[in-house]
Amino acid sequence: MSILNFQVGVDVGGTFTDIFVFDEKSKCIMTAKVPSTKKDQSEGFIKGISTIVDDFSKIKNLVHGSTVGTNALLERRGARTGIITTQGFSDILEMRRRDRPKTWGLKGSYEPIVKKKFRMEVSEEVLSNGKIEKHVSEEQIQKCINSLLSLKIDAVCIFFVNSYANNANEHKAAEIVRKNWPNDFVSVSTEILPEIREFERLSTSVLNAYLQPVVSSYLDNLKLKLENHGFKKDIFVVQSNGGTMSLDIAKQYPIRTTLSGPAAGVIAGRAIALSAGIKNIITCDMGGTSFDVSLITQGRLTFTAQTSIDFGMTVRTPMIEVTTIGAGGGSIASIDTSGLLKIGPESAGSEPGPVCYGMGNNSPTVTDANLVLGRINPERPIGGKLKRLDIEKSRKSIKQNIANKLNLSIEDAAEAILKVANAKMAGAIRLVSIEKGHDPGNFFLMPFGGSGALHTGSLIKEVGLKSAIIPRFPGVTSALGCLVADVLYDRVQTVNKFLNGVDANDLAKKMQNSANILEKQVLDSNASIKSVERYFELDMLYAGQTHTVSVPLAFKNTNLKEQKIKESFNEAYLSNFGRLLENIPIKIINYRIIVLGKKLPFNMKLFSPLEGKSKEECILGARQVYCDGKFWEAKLYDRLELKVNEKVEGPAILEQSDTTIFVDPGLFAKVDTTGNLIIKEKES
Amino acid sequence: MNNNDHAIDPVTLAILKGRFEQIADEMDATLFRSAFNPIIAEAHDASHGIYDAYTGETLVQGNSGLPIFVGVMAFGVKTIIDKLNQIGEKPQDGDVWIFNDPYKGGTHLSDFRLVKPVFFNKKLFCYIASVGHWHDIGGNIPGNYNPVATECFQEGILIPPVKLFEKGILKEEIIDILSSNSRLPVSLYGDLHGQINAVDLGEDRIKSLLNEYSFETGLAALSSLKKRAEIMMRKQISQLSKGKYSSEDFLDNDGILDEPLKIALDLTVKKDEMILDFTRSSKACMGPVNISLSTTIAACYVALKHIFEDVPANAGVLKPIRFKINKDSLLSVSAPKPVGGYTETILRLIDVIFLTFSKISPSKSMACAYGTINALSISGFNNIGKRWVMFSFFGGGHGGHHNGDGLNHGNAPISTATIPPLEILEAAYPIKFKKWALRTDSGGGGEFRGGLGATYEIELLEDKANVSLFGERGKFPPLGIIGGGNAKTNKFCVQTTSEYLEPPMVSKVVGIEITKGESVLLKTPGGGGYGNPLNRKIEEVVKDLEEDYISFETAEETYGVIFDSDGNIDLDGTKENRTKRKSFQ
Repeated sequence: MSILNFQVGVDVGGTFTDIFVFDEKSKCIMTAKVPSTKKDQSEGFIKGISTIVDDFSKIKNLVHGSTVGTNALLERRGARTGIITTQGFSDILEMRRRDRPKTWGLKGSYEPIVKKKFRMEVSEEVLSNGKIEKHVSEEQIQKCINSLLSLKIDAVCIFFVNSYANNANEHKAAEIVRKNWPNDFVSVSTEILPEIREFERLSTSVLNAYLQPVVSSYLDNLKLKLENHGFKKDIFVVQSNGGTMSLDIAKQYPIRTTLSGPAAGVIAGRAIALSAGIKNIITCDMGGTSFDVSLITQGRLTFTAQTSIDFGMTVRTPMIEVTTIGAGGGSIASIDTSGLLKIGPESAGSEPGPVCYGMGNNSPTVTDANLVLGRINPERPIGGKLKRLDIEKSRKSIKQNIANKLNLSIEDAAEAILKVANAKMAGAIRLVSIEKGHDPGNFFLMPFGGSGALHTGSLIKEVGLKSAIIPRFPGVTSALGCLVADVLYDRVQTVNKFLNGVDANDLAKKMQNSANILEKQVLDSNASIKSVERYFELDMLYAGQTHTVSVPLAFKNTNLKEQKIKESFNEAYLSNFGRLLENIPIKIINYRIIVLGKKLPFNMKLFSPLEGKSKEECILGARQVYCDGKFWEAKLYDRLELKVNEKVEGPAILEQSDTTIFVDPGLFAKVDTTGNLIIKEKES
Repeated sequence: MNNNDHAIDPVTLAILKGRFEQIADEMDATLFRSAFNPIIAEAHDASHGIYDAYTGETLVQGNSGLPIFVGVMAFGVKTIIDKLNQIGEKPQDGDVWIFNDPYKGGTHLSDFRLVKPVFFNKKLFCYIASVGHWHDIGGNIPGNYNPVATECFQEGILIPPVKLFEKGILKEEIIDILSSNSRLPVSLYGDLHGQINAVDLGEDRIKSLLNEYSFETGLAALSSLKKRAEIMMRKQISQLSKGKYSSEDFLDNDGILDEPLKIALDLTVKKDEMILDFTRSSKACMGPVNISLSTTIAACYVALKHIFEDVPANAGVLKPIRFKINKDSLLSVSAPKPVGGYTETILRLIDVIFLTFSKISPSKSMACAYGTINALSISGFNNIGKRWVMFSFFGGGHGGHHNGDGLNHGNAPISTATIPPLEILEAAYPIKFKKWALRTDSGGGGEFRGGLGATYEIELLEDKANVSLFGERGKFPPLGIIGGGNAKTNKFCVQTTSEYLEPPMVSKVVGIEITKGESVLLKTPGGGGYGNPLNRKIEEVVKDLEEDYISFETAEETYGVIFDSDGNIDLDGTKENRTKRKSFQ
């Protein structure tokens, strides 16, 4: 038997599949970027790994960041799905929360993913206090099963009103369905999200059912192909919450993978920053169409409870909070009817892409502006899909569409495009920092993705951030995140009780019991777990409010007191809103449990360039760049060759195969001991 | 405001536009997260913005606030400016004004406004304001939708503009007065603090922006944004065909007298201006469906923003519009005429503007939406004698438009509110929903069908409770356009153990007592249709049948579909039937 020495992370994105490999034997790190294969993502997956690893049987573990689920939702390519639900309520999915897609203009539309004829009603009734008014009948459930099967339904979701308060009816129905359903694609609302709010619970559960067949067959196929190539170990998948889960759990709960790739990027960002001794960072992933921002404070990730994949497609599972705005390299610049320059929301994406790609788009994009200003090398496009970029086309397009209309030179117009785009991105950064009460002066920016590192200087200045840290391999950060992520399972349960007089011991017991079940899943997962940690949280509010604050709780065994919960609530509420409200009763809405199976931490010191060169030896040439209204001569450096502690003054351009880094005039970049670049203002 | 347009370059302007909008959005978000009553927290019945220091005009508005407040808040700020002039005072740093006078600030008594002047280096820069719908402010009916009010005193407490903070010092006695007048003082206290948090935050953010960019640059940006909205609006109007266009529609009644009330519009398009003449509308009525002039103008603004969706949300939009509205008509009343049901009147006003635009430019307009908010309150005392008030608004269908069907179960054009989850309502109050479903056939027929309204059935689980409803469209259905059909009307009934009671004013009901096990049934209207239903694609009609959007009868009668004896569609027969029927139209 061969020695298992490779750790492999694979992030499959819309355009590229990124591979990150660590060889434990040689302590070497290798990366690759290959085009994603849309029809069958496993092809690009395997091809990508093959460019680095020739013998798959030497792979020790394999972690996957996947967009299969997200794409299936966006393109509505899920399974034929049915619903079994309470009589009188089969339209909840279609009625949503009575909203509309856009505030202005009343022309929105919505089509639910499950047709009316696939939504079956049964008579059963549970009250909000958990009392069962009417038991579910086996005969009725059996009838639903027969109808759904005769309609060739592949996946089914079971959702009853008020099941969060008592799931006995739902559970019984699930048992009957599972006994009679020809496959494993049965999603039960209280197994997925035992939380009050019917539309959110139903939507999350139905989307899970809708994805189950698609994601399962993708993962099964992937597993088979990898086995054929000699890989026989377990595959892990990154969840939206930044932890990994086993392949079996992923097949059961595919809805948990909706933000898999972005979450992996944030996880990697955190690990890289922590090993560089930095605790407060804002990660920015800039790709072709979007700019994703996430906040890490004191080494802690920021979580959110819910997101919408599209109008009316609500997913409520704990996930890393990633704020996305439509500003990427492909975002289109235009002048509106009042003469104002705006960027996006239209995007040229990666196909046809910016004007300089020469693939048919003639509207100027952010990438075209970067090219015209000398920040991108027209001879070395990223990703290897194109031979060269057509700078003349970019200039012409900026002249016609922007410069002439604003009466500016081409360069000034291009710089104006960047300024407005940067302001938009800065807005997103402010949204996650200042708006949440954090002082940006305490934060490092961590740009990654294909074009994030071109905008570093402007973003630092615009938001007033401390400085920036650019990872060693910004273009494959999410793939690295796959390797860094720990195994993580979480669960929520609605409690809905007043704090006053609550049986805190009993609550603690219930939480520990749930944690025991999750811990077993963690330990069963065959990942190399070093230690297991549990975290408890309560969602609480003042009676009368509807938005909760999350209250972290630390306790051992069942040793929990009402007073302790109250103190923790006060602390959390104060930090959210600045003032407590006296004499108003406090309520506990949900409890949340996280069980974390920690792996051995990935040693980021491995990124450190051992035999780096001096900056003089790394110079590749020089280029004119336009910045702050004038031309500067900027030296070009080979980034990966620079040695530790080497310092490069702006204006400068640092090139590497997966990205380009621009150091603005007035800033400098320094290589830190783990191979990151720290970009700061020059001390005057 | 000074004309500083020359002082700012377009790039800085684009940047500051985003910054100011973000400040207003952040004020919205702060209140939504900390508010106590679900009407603000869940339904987002609140709004924040930045207003001109001298005219009170809207300069910047949050994206998530209630659309109707967008236009109306300017009048609220103007009220404070007028008051200061009247008493010969200057605004002071640290002052916050509070009031709910609907005749000055628009809308109805439930909406409380906080207005704060923002100073920078001792100079007044702008006003910021917060408005939110409070849960209960006294009056005859819990929740304050009193369909039989004949004076505002029956609708709730009226607070004229007074200082809540004077130079930064909170006047606790104002809160005492407010709390003593509410059935739900805790909710009031929580919401008020949420609004205080929001204006404090807005002030902080504006100051730090001015620190970065200077007072003058900030001012120039705001002035320029307003001017640009006006330019855009004029450009849009100049592309319409000139002429005079008229439409009218009706409210069922005023809740007191069962007589329809007319809202009529004669709209003239002139070069780059429009005149909106409402002088043919009904006179002021006894009941609470009157509105003040400021509310009327704000509602026109909402309708125009739906039609010209790309124009930015500020006072510039209204610059090229002139209004003709008779004093003491339904659309311009003064105290103490009741205005509690203002939502119904402005929804009809918006319908009339949509109808008129369908004659000017069909592709810009849409058929009428469901046109009533259906404010339902069920209230009683629980077993320990504590009062509970369930209060909610309900949804309906949107109108069809030139490239699609109307949305099913949407929110009203004047709001972006979501409906509270039924599980939250059931957990909070002793009620049980028996049904929560789309209402078949409620959308108007059309080449593009109106969206569907809904059916809600609610059973009482405790001894007894009082039911009040404030709704409309019980007699006059939401209208279709360009040959599209009308939607179904609003239906409400109380199902006692023995019988179904349909109220005489159709959807305006006060204080009906129900007892345990009895239920209320509300069927809301859909939206109107667009275009001749006989032109609707057959496959769309088939889909409508499959989805239960329409019944077989409707497929036959409205859409001219012929079924064979097996219940399958006879395509040739249908084609022939449609051609024949069209020739008679």
